[in-house]
Amino acid sequence: MSTTEPTEESVRSEVGAWLKANWNPDLGLVEWREKLCESGWGAPHWPKQWYGRDLPVKFNAIVDEEFAKVGAVGVAKAGIRTLAAATILAHGTDLHKEKFLKRILTGEDTWCQLFSEPGSGSDMAGAVTRADKRGNKWVINGQKVWTTSAHKAHWGLLLARANWDVAKHKGLAYFVLDMKQPGVQVHPLKQMNGHASFNQVFFTDAQVEPEMMICDVGDGWTVATTTLMHERRGADGLRSWATPSGAKGRIYDEERAEIATVMEPYKWYPQRAGRVDLVMQRARETGKINDPVIRQEIAKLLIMSKSAEWTARRARAAQNQGKPQGPEGSLGKLVASHVARQAARVHTYLTGADALLSGEDSPMNGVIAEILISVPASSIAGGTDEIQRNIISERVLKMPREMSVDTNKPFKDVPRNIVSSS
Amino acid sequence: MRFSFSAEQEEFRATVRRALEARSPTKEVRRLMATEAGFERDGWQKLNQELGLTALHIPEAYGGGGFGYSELGIVLEEMGRGLLCAPYFSTAALATTAILNAGTEDQKKALLPGLADGTVTATLAFAEESGSNDPASIALTASPSGATWRLDGTKSFVLDGHTADLVVVVARRPGSSGEDGISFFTVDGNAPGLGRRKLKTMDETRKLAHLTFKSVEARLLGKEGAGAAALAKTMQQALICLASEMVGSAERLREDALEYVKMRMQFGRSIASFQTTKNKAADMLVDVELAKSAAYYAAAALDEGDADIAALASLAKASAAEACVQTAVHAVQMHGGIGFTWDNDTHLWFKRAKSSEILFGDANEHREKMMQAWAN
Repeated sequence: MSTTEPTEESVRSEVGAWLKANWNPDLGLVEWREKLCESGWGAPHWPKQWYGRDLPVKFNAIVDEEFAKVGAVGVAKAGIRTLAAATILAHGTDLHKEKFLKRILTGEDTWCQLFSEPGSGSDMAGAVTRADKRGNKWVINGQKVWTTSAHKAHWGLLLARANWDVAKHKGLAYFVLDMKQPGVQVHPLKQMNGHASFNQVFFTDAQVEPEMMICDVGDGWTVATTTLMHERRGADGLRSWATPSGAKGRIYDEERAEIATVMEPYKWYPQRAGRVDLVMQRARETGKINDPVIRQEIAKLLIMSKSAEWTARRARAAQNQGKPQGPEGSLGKLVASHVARQAARVHTYLTGADALLSGEDSPMNGVIAEILISVPASSIAGGTDEIQRNIISERVLKMPREMSVDTNKPFKDVPRNIVSSS
Repeated sequence: MRFSFSAEQEEFRATVRRALEARSPTKEVRRLMATEAGFERDGWQKLNQELGLTALHIPEAYGGGGFGYSELGIVLEEMGRGLLCAPYFSTAALATTAILNAGTEDQKKALLPGLADGTVTATLAFAEESGSNDPASIALTASPSGATWRLDGTKSFVLDGHTADLVVVVARRPGSSGEDGISFFTVDGNAPGLGRRKLKTMDETRKLAHLTFKSVEARLLGKEGAGAAALAKTMQQALICLASEMVGSAERLREDALEYVKMRMQFGRSIASFQTTKNKAADMLVDVELAKSAAYYAAAALDEGDADIAALASLAKASAAEACVQTAVHAVQMHGGIGFTWDNDTHLWFKRAKSSEILFGDANEHREKMMQAWAN
């Protein structure tokens, strides 16, 4: 192995040569990914010891390009498993890395994130799912919610309270929980738009081996912060990794099936964002394009959505130039929900009485109806508009933090929601 | 398309900002806005020559700096922030662009160097009593008279029209209508038969004048009867310039209001610690940043010769108008009672926001223009 600093050219030629020698579309998906794990080309920015090559993350794009050139399939990258990998790499023991990382990359294991609870949404550190040490094991009781893919998952990233006598953030522990056990029950959570993309997860004396705790009791919030940071960062990546290849062959079929499973919960997400792309076409079809009042509403929407896009590009341009992040980088989530709301308003005006209908009785076989009843999620999921405004005012505008009434006392004394836990 | 300013552009912005902070504190703004002219020639010429402001977007062949609308936009944004009392918008954004769009090569060579070096101030007179921005509303006539022309009629809402050394006038051939027969002319500010009256304006930092033309001698600028396209182009450029100025004003309003609420104590705590104040401040940031993105994009599109510029100019103007006025309204509110007083500076920008909102057409008008470009 060369000891010189890797360059764009050296990485390109090395991975290119390896692919030439090894890529074989007739292999099974797991079989091929095991080769990727051995060689480190599946996750080149990971440590050499753990299926990577210790390459700086900037070379990932080069490696991806070389994979794309030959049509090679990569490791499993879509879904919560990537958050699990990032968290375990940052905080896990060798035992965790040994047990989980490879099966994450091969796609054999799927994961879910057990953070949100009925009583703690925006206030995630207010979790009340209990972790009690009984004998040699941790015993879990309580309820989680908004858990994507929990019904498929082998493992869960669990945030639970192990100490009630200390302050809110100090009493949390972080576990890897075996989802396939009698104490774990998963029920789909039906949303107002009729889809059930998420689950409720109930724990009744579910068990966790002591070595499956990540860090110590009290560090759970720090570990959860790592997971959340990667969740935010990965939001863009999800789209690119979830685009299946159209190529023919066994390995591609297997990858397509994997992506279809991961993406199934997200199929209504375009409607959640308001479908601005449909507005002009619908305005022409309905003839409403000639209505001066509706023209004003369409124009407001287009101004907002284009300005949002340009603002995001300003943020990206600044990032690419290595400038410190300006205010324009913190607004995207809030602006996206404004755009979605205005888009839903415009679709309502364009649709008229047909907006009373849904499914096959309604325009575009229910797509328009789905927009109208999915948009409310955009100002809640992934941080409500209210939380976004707090983040903007506190972190960007440096306004005083909200006065805390729950962080300076034992958590057991903090008023909280009464939620039945099974 | 570039989505960030270069290091040189950032440096230029910082230089302009420093100069305006030094030359145009609000005490100076208040002093100059109370004068008849609205500015002082000596002070303005000195600042202009130091920074090359009116020369900026004039090609080097005519004594200018050869920069584009992105750079002009930076100056205007800083002027919106600093509220400098000077005939800059009228000279640079209106008269200069009109001459660049309509004038012949010889006319550009003759007229632009004086505008570039700041010895001549100028404006564009297009709207009339109705205040309409539609060329069809132009009634002032131009009739040939030997080698020159004679103008008859009135112009109104003319920026710095009572002080401009040179007035670029949009007129029509007698008997023509709509966009036909439109031409540009130049008239000396002190030409016989030209009556100039300063209008009493709500925004005292932006002077407007009413001009009457009684057989005023004028020189044709460009080709007779073929001015409609140049006028449309000039208006697009002016809209983008005004959008740049407005986002500068909006940001200043936002920053001043934020600074005030951080300092103001009520109920034993900073009012910036109330969520209702924090939410408003966050919304103001969103409004201003989106409008800035639109203004920057439109200026860059102008420099790149984007074919969609008519829609983008209207988009930028509509966006900036809504954002700037909304920010001004919030800014007064965040100041509370003091914000409604004459002594507090907020009203200076509030009034500029209102005047910019209406100048060259309000947000409704420009949203409709944008839709005409994109939907029809």
